[in-house]
Amino acid sequence: MAGPRTLLEKIWDDHLILEEDGQCLLLVGRHLAHDGSYHAFSAIEERGLTLRRPDQTFATPDHGVPTISRRVEDIADPAQRRVVEALPLNAAKYGFTLFGLDDPRQGIVHVVGPEQGVTQPGLILVCGDSHTSTHGALGALAFGIGASEVAHVLATQTLWRRRPRTMRITVDGERPAAVTAKDVILAVIARIGANGGAGHVIEYAGSTIRAMSVEERMTVCNMSIEAGARAGMVAPDEKTFAYLEGRPFAPQGADWEAALAHWRTLPTDPGARFDAEVALDATALEPMVTWGNSPEDALPVTGRVPDPADAASEVQRAAWRETLEYMGLAPGQRLTDIAVDQVFIGSCTNGRIEDLRAAAAVARRGRAVVPAMVSPGSTLVKRQAEAEGLDRIFREAGFEWRESGCSMCVGMNGDLVGAGRRCASTSNRNFRGRQGRGSRTHLMSPAMAAAAALRGRIADVRELTGG
Amino acid sequence: MEPFTTLTAVAAPLDAPNVDTDQIAPARFLRRPRREGYADVLFHDLRFSAPGAERPEFVLNRAPYRGARILVADRNFGGGSSREQAVWALVDGGIRCVIAISFGDIFWENSVKGGLLLVRLDEPNVAALRGQLHAQPGARITVDLERQCVTGPDGRELPFEIEPARKRRLLHGLDEIGVTLRHEPAIAAFERGYRARRPWLFRHGAARAG
Repeated sequence: MAGPRTLLEKIWDDHLILEEDGQCLLLVGRHLAHDGSYHAFSAIEERGLTLRRPDQTFATPDHGVPTISRRVEDIADPAQRRVVEALPLNAAKYGFTLFGLDDPRQGIVHVVGPEQGVTQPGLILVCGDSHTSTHGALGALAFGIGASEVAHVLATQTLWRRRPRTMRITVDGERPAAVTAKDVILAVIARIGANGGAGHVIEYAGSTIRAMSVEERMTVCNMSIEAGARAGMVAPDEKTFAYLEGRPFAPQGADWEAALAHWRTLPTDPGARFDAEVALDATALEPMVTWGNSPEDALPVTGRVPDPADAASEVQRAAWRETLEYMGLAPGQRLTDIAVDQVFIGSCTNGRIEDLRAAAAVARRGRAVVPAMVSPGSTLVKRQAEAEGLDRIFREAGFEWRESGCSMCVGMNGDLVGAGRRCASTSNRNFRGRQGRGSRTHLMSPAMAAAAALRGRIADVRELTGG
Repeated sequence: MEPFTTLTAVAAPLDAPNVDTDQIAPARFLRRPRREGYADVLFHDLRFSAPGAERPEFVLNRAPYRGARILVADRNFGGGSSREQAVWALVDGGIRCVIAISFGDIFWENSVKGGLLLVRLDEPNVAALRGQLHAQPGARITVDLERQCVTGPDGRELPFEIEPARKRRLLHGLDEIGVTLRHEPAIAAFERGYRARRPWLFRHGAARAG
């Protein structure tokens, strides 16, 4: 192939079966499924189709599972229960790999894929969930698809896509101590907007990204979809390889060497061109928090709620007014004066072990004055945290220690925020009603969420840690 | 899927940017089987204050816009979650076309599967269309997919771009799995090559046994 290529272009070309009418037919390397994939299984069953590649299909229940126990009987909504129960039935029928509710490998699908080594560099990986962008942190092209396309992948192991545009977001400089990967991605979204990445696949680059752990890169890539991007990715490096080595589904022995040789060819070639370039200075960042109903409504925690009078357009002014009314906020109010009713720590954005360590490091400094719950991103993360004594720290600080699942990020399992209630949350969406009808969500990092639990209001974590 | 050719219908203005798929189809309704229909789910929490209790201020609850089959939104319509139920709710609720400045990418991909036409126009034209719909409640818009043209209430024709494959699938109501299966020999041949290049992806029997 002539000319320098980007990471995205290399993966694209490696999976391109044919082109027709400007659309590329791509082979899907791996497909992840969850309880919500039920509509797609129903669709292929109704059409008398079957799974083309059950050996490349991996599933775990997450959206609707209870976090108070591992019993399906504890799912109150019968429709939700039926869907969770359907997943093992489909696994038995079609023969794909399942990490079931009672399996220690269960968890949020975007935590489990990398954790098990199912997610690997250079793959095209898809899943019927928008936060599939998470897996791009390992150098895969990973993106979310809807039910019809899940059925299409089940039946054909392929997808039609037009070539995306490329965007490189370069983040350079050493992060101030209290600035986490969550703050970096919230700052990116605030900068480019909730559809700033539309039509693009983002590659995150620069010294700040290189210095991040693989888990931190997952937090960044996870929220690429909140910037409207089709996917987010980070070139694989020694950290990626060290992360993967020895994981159950990672290649072993001679296969490992062969895989490694391929993975080392993946990073973007010097001189490759991107359709768009964005640069961010990490040294200037602060802990971030959202005030509105779009992830682009993010500000440094030292900031104030915007005044609609300052809006750039009539449309924005009206939108801000409605947002402030929904959120119960006043223009000019200090973000740190906003009282919260509850706190949620977990999700595919911030439910991994490093996130729980960061939250526990703050939680141990005091006691929660509002209800706070922690739902680990996977059952293995939960066990790891318990082995490290993090569960004890959380419990002693008055936080509830739950089982793993999507939980209060999407509220489908009954873990909800009540109408008019305000939640400091480590999840990824502050949409209206996202955590329950009428709920008010403020997105922030795990350390900031723990600080909010201790103070009962949005708090600058640096007040507690001196950082 | 019902083909989309030409549609002349009442259009409703939705002024807010970032109308996400959680607004279009709230999470608690997503487990309903497809065949049971999603019309009542559409914009549920914007349309109803309680089950069956309409919010009179919401645009689709106002008399002139009740039969709307076209929406004119703003920026980033359909961003967020990949839930295709957002498309099902719109189509079951009678909406066959949404015009906006930009759309969420996954929603964009999902729309064509349900026979929903998404039309991108630039900001001044979208704002002008909404202005006309506010000024003349119940006004109609014509969307001609073959000619790739929107005609506003003022009679002005606004051309739009659409990819050829997308256009053909909408015009003929083509089923995508059927289209793909015609390429089965090419897929099988490619897969053999891929397997030879990346053999480690196909050897995880021991791990599968757990």
